[in-house]
Parts: sequence; C-alpha cells; structure tokens
Amino acid sequence: MKTDDLIAMLAKDSAPVSKRRVAGRLVAMCAAGALVAFGALMVWLGVRPDLMAALHTGPYWMKTVYTLGLATGGFALIERLSRPGARGRTGAVLVALFLIAIVGMAMMQLMRTPPDARMAAMMGSSWTKCPWRILALALPVLAAVLYGVRQLAPTRLTLAGATSGLLAGGIAATVYGLYCEETAAPFVAIWYTLGMGLSAAVGALLGRRVLAW
Amino acid sequence: MEIATPTLPITNLPWRPALPTAKTGSARDARAAGWGRCLSDIEARMKGLMLRGLAGDAAAHAGLLAEMGRYLRSFFARRLGRDAADLEDLVQETLLAIHLKRETYDRTQPFTSWVYTIARYKMIDHLRRRKVRRTEELDEASDLFASEDAEEGDAKLDLDRVLAELPDKQRSLLEDVKIKGLSMREAGERAGISEGAAKVSVHRALKLLAGRFRNENG
Repeated sequence: MKTDDLIAMLAKDSAPVSKRRVAGRLVAMCAAGALVAFGALMVWLGVRPDLMAALHTGPYWMKTVYTLGLATGGFALIERLSRPGARGRTGAVLVALFLIAIVGMAMMQLMRTPPDARMAAMMGSSWTKCPWRILALALPVLAAVLYGVRQLAPTRLTLAGATSGLLAGGIAATVYGLYCEETAAPFVAIWYTLGMGLSAAVGALLGRRVLAW
Repeated sequence: MEIATPTLPITNLPWRPALPTAKTGSARDARAAGWGRCLSDIEARMKGLMLRGLAGDAAAHAGLLAEMGRYLRSFFARRLGRDAADLEDLVQETLLAIHLKRETYDRTQPFTSWVYTIARYKMIDHLRRRKVRRTEELDEASDLFASEDAEEGDAKLDLDRVLAELPDKQRSLLEDVKIKGLSMREAGERAGISEGAAKVSVHRALKLLAGRFRNENG
C-alpha cells in the first residue's frame, strides 16, 4: 500500500480525542485492579476484626496515607511515562517525600522506644508474611495497570514497568492494610515498603517484555 | 545542559542548522539548512494541525500525517541508509503509531518532542528487532525536522497483504474505506452496521494492523 493511501485511511479514523483519556484509562485500570485485590483479600484473609475502631486511630491512617501516597506518586509518574517526551517531576517528588516522611516517622518512633523493644517494633509479628502478601495482592493490579499502560505509549519500558509495579504495590498495600493489624511506623517503613518494592521489581522485569508497542 | 549565552558560537546552539557537506549537499539540504531559524514555526504549525486533528478535523489530521511522513522518511533514511529495504515500512509503521497513540499527546507540551520521541522509539525498536547494534549517539528532536523527503520508496511489507490476514468483516470494512474511498457512514451501511459501529470497527482493525506490522517485521 502506498503511504498516501495509508494516510487517507488513517484520516478517516479521526474521531475527536478527549484530554482526559489517558488519565481515564489509567484510573479505570487502577479501580479494576483494586477491586480484584479487595475481592482476593476478602476471600483469602478477610479484614481485621477491629477495622471500624481502627478507622478512628492515627496509626491506621499514617499507614494508609503512606501507601496511598506512594500509589498517587506512582500514578503521577506513570501518567507522564505513558506519554512520549512528556516532562514532569511531580510524581517523583511525591514518592520521595512520602518515603522520607515514613523513614523519619520510623526513626522518631524508634528513638522513643526503649532499646529492648526496638526489635519488636521493627519486626512486629508478621514480617515474614507481609511483603509477600502485598506482592500477591499487587499482581492482579499490576496486570491491569500494565494492560492500560500498553494501550498508551511508554518509551522507557523498564522504568514504566517499575512505576506500574509501584502504583500496583501502593494500591495493594492499601488494601492489605484493611487486614494487617501492624501499624508501628518502623514496621510499615520496612515491610510495607519492601512489599511495594517487590511489586516494582516485578514490573521492571516485565516492562520490556509486555509494554513494547 | 549547556546554557546558551550570546558569546557562544552559533554551532553550539541546540537548533543549529545541519550544514550541507560534500556527501549530503543536495539542493534539498541547502534549503533545509535554513530550518533552524524556523523550528519554532514548524512547532507552531504542526501543533496547530495536531490540535485540530484531536478535535476531529480529518483534513488537518491528514495534513499532519502527510508532512510527518516526509520528515520521517528523510530522518530514517539518514540513519538506515536511503536504500534500506524496510525504510518505507518503518515510515508507515511510525505513522500508524502516531495515529493510534495520538491520545498520549499532552496539549501543554511541545508537539515536536512528542513526535520525535515516537520516531526514535520506533527506530530503536526496529534496529533491535533486526538485531543491529548501533553505538552511535542518537540525536535530538530538532534533527527529525532537518529535512524532508517526499519520494516514497516501496513498502516491502505490503500493507495490503497484512490487511488480507484480518478477519473478513474488518477487512472488507477497511477496504471499503480505503480503496473505494467510502465514508464511514457508507461503509457502515454496506456492512449493515451503524456509522458509530463502523468507526469503532475500523479503529480496532487499525490497531490489529499495527500489531501485525510489528510482528511481521520482527
């Protein structure tokens, strides 16, 4: 086919495009992934029995704001990375700020903890399971996010994959927070972050393979 | 990053014109040598076309793709060689990508850097699939607009052949639109579907085509 014919054909497929289409696609995929992760949590572990009471406590929200914050930063980053040549650092700044905040809070809590109780504050009672459960809940979210990003046009595939993983991890960790009763800042700073990091690592590994267009 | 000061020689500016050399010094290059001055004009004009295309203006969209085709042909030819067998394939594949990914253009950012990033991505992807390793430094957005080439080469991978592999319904719809030049409404009527459904179906077929294109050329 002649290139001119191709162009004529493409011009007929020129319906108006909304400005919000990119964000809309990503939000839809995040919502779908979050629903699947929530469903999986309910079937697998359920929510913590004192959830309603926990909703009125500061530590629960500290944890939730942290995981949602990383998800928000990841979202802002992937929205940029899905657009060729787009600039914008808001996402990276957000991720950095939330990481600094949780590490700062963890340090402060540890300093106020008697030395012999510090290990317990860091390890809690579920450190062996927490990162893996977050990763497991993140996988369906990651699948949905990667599917959405693939429809767009990422050009740095490994980075876009890692960022998708971070976004999926943030959503999954927020969902997992409905079950997990650990709310000590040192525990969250280490094991929640590790869980989200694992999800980002899986995304990075998949990026080049699944995001190419 | 360098900061352009008035004392800097003109050749260090990011938009320096491509100087004609003995090897490439054609009339077209000589004319193109003045392009640096008007890169902002190119940006303004192309962005204007893009914005109108995004608003649904088919003529503006066609004009944009036609002009991009000429820039891309010249840009790829400078890197792959004028006689590269798959040059026209790469031009077509990239035009298809520009079309299918146009929702990813952020209207607050330069059009030229968006389209250049797509062109560079498609070229690197192409070279990787051909297993060619290039170590040469890649260029910048302005190089994409250094010169034009309207002389179409032969598309080795015939799009018509790729078309033939599409499901019947989509193929006949595309052919009605492409070869018979029917409007979406007419093509839809022939296929017994609404204009809206015809549009969706053609769009899906184009996406399928882009996938086939990539796999076949791999």
